[in-house]
Amino acid sequence: MLKGNFIDNLPKVYGIYTGGFLGFIIIMSIGEQMGMSAKAIGICFVAFTVAIYAIIGYLSRTAQADAYYVAGRQVPTVFNGMATAADWMSGASFVAMAGGIYFKGYGYMALLVGWTGGYVLVASLLAPYLRKFGCYTVPDFIGTRYGGNLSRFMAVVVLTVASFTYVTAQINATGTIASVALDIPFQYAVYVGLISILLCSMLGGMRGVTWTQVAQYIVLIIAYLLPVFWISNKIGAGFFPHFMLADEVSRIAELEAQFGFVKNSAENLKEVPKGLAGITKAHSAVNATPWAFISLALAMMMGTASLPHVMMRYFTTPSVKAARKSVGWSLFFIFLLYSSAPMLATLSKLSLMDPTLPTGIIGKSISDVQAIDWYQNWNAANLMFVSDFNGNGTLELNEFFMGGKAVVLATPEIAGLPYVISGLVAAGGMAAAMSTADGLILAIANAISHDVYYKIIDPKAETAKRLVVARVLLVVIGFAGATIAALEIQGILGSVIWAFDFAMSGLFFPLVLGVWWKRANKEGAIAGMALGLISGAAYLVWVRTGGSGFLGITQLTFGIFGSAVSLVSMVVVSLMTSEPNAATQKMVDEVRVPSGRSIIGKQ
Amino acid sequence: MSKQEQHWEKSKGLLMMTLAIWFVFSIGIFLFGAEMNEVTGPFGYPLTYWFTCQGSLGIFVILIFWFANRQEKIDEEFGFSERGDD
Repeated sequence: MLKGNFIDNLPKVYGIYTGGFLGFIIIMSIGEQMGMSAKAIGICFVAFTVAIYAIIGYLSRTAQADAYYVAGRQVPTVFNGMATAADWMSGASFVAMAGGIYFKGYGYMALLVGWTGGYVLVASLLAPYLRKFGCYTVPDFIGTRYGGNLSRFMAVVVLTVASFTYVTAQINATGTIASVALDIPFQYAVYVGLISILLCSMLGGMRGVTWTQVAQYIVLIIAYLLPVFWISNKIGAGFFPHFMLADEVSRIAELEAQFGFVKNSAENLKEVPKGLAGITKAHSAVNATPWAFISLALAMMMGTASLPHVMMRYFTTPSVKAARKSVGWSLFFIFLLYSSAPMLATLSKLSLMDPTLPTGIIGKSISDVQAIDWYQNWNAANLMFVSDFNGNGTLELNEFFMGGKAVVLATPEIAGLPYVISGLVAAGGMAAAMSTADGLILAIANAISHDVYYKIIDPKAETAKRLVVARVLLVVIGFAGATIAALEIQGILGSVIWAFDFAMSGLFFPLVLGVWWKRANKEGAIAGMALGLISGAAYLVWVRTGGSGFLGITQLTFGIFGSAVSLVSMVVVSLMTSEPNAATQKMVDEVRVPSGRSIIGKQ
Repeated sequence: MSKQEQHWEKSKGLLMMTLAIWFVFSIGIFLFGAEMNEVTGPFGYPLTYWFTCQGSLGIFVILIFWFANRQEKIDEEFGFSERGDD
């Protein structure tokens, strides 16, 4: 399959793959008609897709450093776009995003703007220049541009802190899905998820991850869009939901006014299982201050441009020109899912809230709701809860609680779609979490094996030895992540947002100024990375331990403080120390010219 | 000014323009989120709501492709473009 002309055959290969996957969905739905159990369908979906990824991972095995680290730099723009989209859209995007929009409305949608707007910064400030540089990893750029082992090492530290925070959440998500679909305890399911993840990346490194991520994107986008379109058609909201839900959005606003947002007493809320929330915020009205919205969006945008697992995807394109275009394709593929999340939230909320719809439960009697099958299932899974706080026997808006994940996972069932869709959604969530986890684990393992081991400890190491070290690290980091995930310390979404803040605190300005400010030097970069990361982390700890914060910077946006410290310290220290030598300045000049050989290739 | 410096001046100009458009649709308009939401936007959604779920996102996609094409033109003008490969 991976012969010389594999790249030319990509559209055909993935076309057949997509057809095969659709065929599999049809077979499963026939199976459902013939009495296949819901559990068997769930197991088939997850097992079948994970097996395919493992096969792709095996076929992509390699013994070459260039293939292992940057997929041989021959990934075409559109396919790299799909791979980046899968790399980018995590279990949180897939499972939790629609839920966040459902519960928090406008204030949460800053994340949609932030997680897309960041790509403009990636395309214009960084990706083409880092591609021209020809580095294997992000710390490779820092280490070569600024010089010295300390700057390289600091970059590895920031990368590891940010990516590791992120990856535990992804392994947690694969574990959650595996435990539901395969019906095994979470503590074991985490390791099942981890092994699936390692199967994709261990043998083929970046090459294996690239081609599995494309396959995972196809699964996750089908799994996300199919239910949205189906539900929209089924409840008669319009055949193309994105353009046709205005009436539904205004109907929700009308119902919100009719039911009102009643505040529950603390005593009543104690009854509600942990992690569940009620609808307390308006769906489409502006419910956050401009600064709350903008600061969150800004933090996510700068974080996007600093996260190494995304940046390294653009090292795999054939040229600088292709790297720029590829960012556009990435965002296009991300847009397909992100623009659908608010539509899913709208459909989900309306089908539960509207008393005139057969699925509506608000305003019905509590005992009727408690007798519904899907309510009992999701209540047993600790994702749904009702209670008659005011004792009137009727379910009010403030008496209905749901987990964030349930919006994506339960809506197909609530809307009366066949179970095969729920199995598909589980496979999609698994694909989303696995692809991101793979990208992150690979980013950390590659940085440590290439930058710390090869560049600092043993520069004479042979390729075979380097790749052994890279693979051992991959497994070690994976297991460390899974072990922490099994402890279930933080929620999925919170730790994802922290990862962005850590990355922007330490890396945003050292990366950007490395290209755009010739005067930036080693001392400045080291100060920027170290002080940025330390001050960001200190702010987080301060706010978490009861500190009041300032300027409206919260624990979700601490990167704004960290990156400001990073910028100031980097500029001040750079100006106080001598300017970079002539060779470095010439290197920066060359980075700015898109044609010609890469910088590192020349040395 | 050398060819390379001119190329960089033009690239910087394009960057500024790109960042200005980016700023407007990622930050600028949300300063007036509450006021804008009173207006009915495309497809009948409240305007700010529409920007957060489709508008800004779509504009970013178009902006990146526009930027990539403009930058390619600049590169070609100064003879810095690479062999065709997409």
